[in-house]
Amino acid sequence: MQPFGCVLSDAMNAVFKALADESRRKLLDQLHKSNGQTLGELCEHLDMTRQAVTKHLLLLEAANLVAIVWRGREKLHYLNPVPIHEISERWIGKYERHRLQALGDLKKGLEENKTNKKEK
Amino acid sequence: MQKPKLVYTTFIRTTPKKLWAAITKPEFTRQYWGEMTNVSDWKRGSKWEHHNPENEVWITGKVLESTPPKRLVLSWADPDDLADKSRVAFEIEAIEDMTCLTVTHGSFKAGSKMAGKVSRGWPRVLSSMKTFLETGKGLNIFCK
Repeated sequence: MQPFGCVLSDAMNAVFKALADESRRKLLDQLHKSNGQTLGELCEHLDMTRQAVTKHLLLLEAANLVAIVWRGREKLHYLNPVPIHEISERWIGKYERHRLQALGDLKKGLEENKTNKKEK
Repeated sequence: MQKPKLVYTTFIRTTPKKLWAAITKPEFTRQYWGEMTNVSDWKRGSKWEHHNPENEVWITGKVLESTPPKRLVLSWADPDDLADKSRVAFEIEAIEDMTCLTVTHGSFKAGSKMAGKVSRGWPRVLSSMKTFLETGKGLNIFCK
């Protein structure tokens, strides 16, 4: 079941509020790395109490940034990027998208290059 | 049950029937899914195909489950690489005056290229679908 919190027009507020917290962004990073984790698996990689992780996950669920799938009695958490996409649709024009993508790729490429050089 | 790889949910101010039609009827998909269409009679066991505007088949598969307007499960493969088959489930649930759509894409074969391709596509398609159903106009989902 999905929570009702995100249903109304304050859906976007819930997304921004959820993303404003660093711990919650770390949780999303964890799911981005490996999608569909249980609470236990998420706790292993984070320096937070189980209670704190639970609390943050509920907020992320309410913002519809985390989707839940039940596998038997196991609750699996998935990163749901649809609301983030909706935010980008609001401010990014249709002709800007591929230029932004190119700039993003360039930044990523250059930065990866830099790290590689440092390592050497 | 294997753990699905990708799960997306979106809440849309519409009815389950309209949402079902938005997925299954070419006249609707054309308006928000980058002019693509989904073609089938949507009966269990039937073939389904995802076409571009030139009617070329981009994705093909079978209808594995079909319970309008609640649940549609499809197998999903590139016609040029049929062995790389996966499975998509659309689940539609009415919640007050909204409809919640959950798309689960999983059962990817080991080393599948499809997972990487669709993980960029689904969020675009789903937010465009939401905009289309709520405003009558889809988004431009391809960055040409």
